Amino acid sequence: MTYQEFKDILYNGVWKQNTGVVQLLGMCPILAVSSTVVNGVSLGLATALVMALSSAAIAPIRTIVPNEARIPVFILIIAVLVTVVQYLMNAYMYSLYVVLGIFIPLIVTNCIVLARIEAFAAKNPPMQSAMDGMAMGLGLTAVLAVLGAMREIAGHGTLLSGIDMALGESAKSLVITVIPNYHGFLLAILPPGAFIALGLLIAGKNWLNLRAEAKARSAAIQAVQTQAA
Amino acid sequence: MARASFHTAVNLLAFALIGTAILAFTYAQTHDKIAQSEEAEKLKLISQIVPQDMFDNDIIKDTQQIKADALLGNDGTTTAYRARLLDKPSVLVLEAVAPDGYSGRITLLVAIKSNGELAGVRVVSHKETPGLGDYIEIARSNWIKGFDGKSATQPGDWKVKKDGGQFDYMAGATITPRAVVKAVHKALQYFELHHDALFAPSDPIKGKKP
Repeated sequence: MTYQEFKDILYNGVWKQNTGVVQLLGMCPILAVSSTVVNGVSLGLATALVMALSSAAIAPIRTIVPNEARIPVFILIIAVLVTVVQYLMNAYMYSLYVVLGIFIPLIVTNCIVLARIEAFAAKNPPMQSAMDGMAMGLGLTAVLAVLGAMREIAGHGTLLSGIDMALGESAKSLVITVIPNYHGFLLAILPPGAFIALGLLIAGKNWLNLRAEAKARSAAIQAVQTQAA
Repeated sequence: MARASFHTAVNLLAFALIGTAILAFTYAQTHDKIAQSEEAEKLKLISQIVPQDMFDNDIIKDTQQIKADALLGNDGTTTAYRARLLDKPSVLVLEAVAPDGYSGRITLLVAIKSNGELAGVRVVSHKETPGLGDYIEIARSNWIKGFDGKSATQPGDWKVKKDGGQFDYMAGATITPRAVVKAVHKALQYFELHHDALFAPSDPIKGKKP
């Protein structure tokens, strides 16, 4: 894999084709677990891990699997990997496992995983595929982190609350109280808050895109004018 | 055509076998650790409500199965944990369900001393409104500690203050504490009725059908 390829895949996954705010795939977990930063990032990383592993596992066998059996085989591989991740989390991060509960097995049904495998891993070599899965997963994690931060600050007035569930009791001191004596804003924590925050994020991403486009256009016009002159 | 389908079938079978092998291996590797974590989590919760100096037995192992009972609100068989000090019963930890929370069931862990006094109550799981009804969690407020030291007859009025009783509530969320108070009171009544059987090393206790 060349450096340029690496950069393209990373840029594509994290920014240009971001699953959360551009492709809008996997909305169910995005809206459900983004009530705090820790929850969001944890599920995002678990999904990224599954995507990278399943892409890496499927790319080498893409020529062996008969075309008509490919979907069941892909789903089987994803399900196996998700279950492995679930066992590991249950064993080593028990309290976090309790919080994320049903959303971990649901990674299997997250359409973004199968979508990337169909669109990328089934057509590309293993290294690139693993990289693509990882980049897409990280893009999702980034959206979940920002969304979680918006909702947590608005809803609870804190950041990183519950980090001790992921890193152990000693991490409790990492919790940041952004607004002291905050009474909470219920709407932000409930599902509507997730829709509103996600809407703002998508609007922000589109605005940045438009601005970049306008800039590129005016630069091009200027270049033409200087050439003409 | 037949050969193609045979080829597909063999392929699927092979992947299913590999997948099963990987899962079996991971399960075997993590099984003990998962059981340990679950036990540790339970013990952590129990030790919050059972004072350290009131038991010297292995609580997690000393259990009694309890059949569904209207007073406890449990649907299926639940496990009660028994704390003993010098082989004498000291505290019983029961699971009780408040079926009438604002959004569904609230599962409680109720620790009752052998004299019928409450050692403590904790919420195991609930679906109450975040930021409104969730003050029953110990992580959010000390409300749940208001039960410590109470018993079935003391106070006489097991109600929230709004209904003319003893227990605090927070404005805007009365249904939640009402359900919890009722469930804890019923659990105490259950304890009075079955006191001896609960600590006896015997068969599961039969419940009354709700």
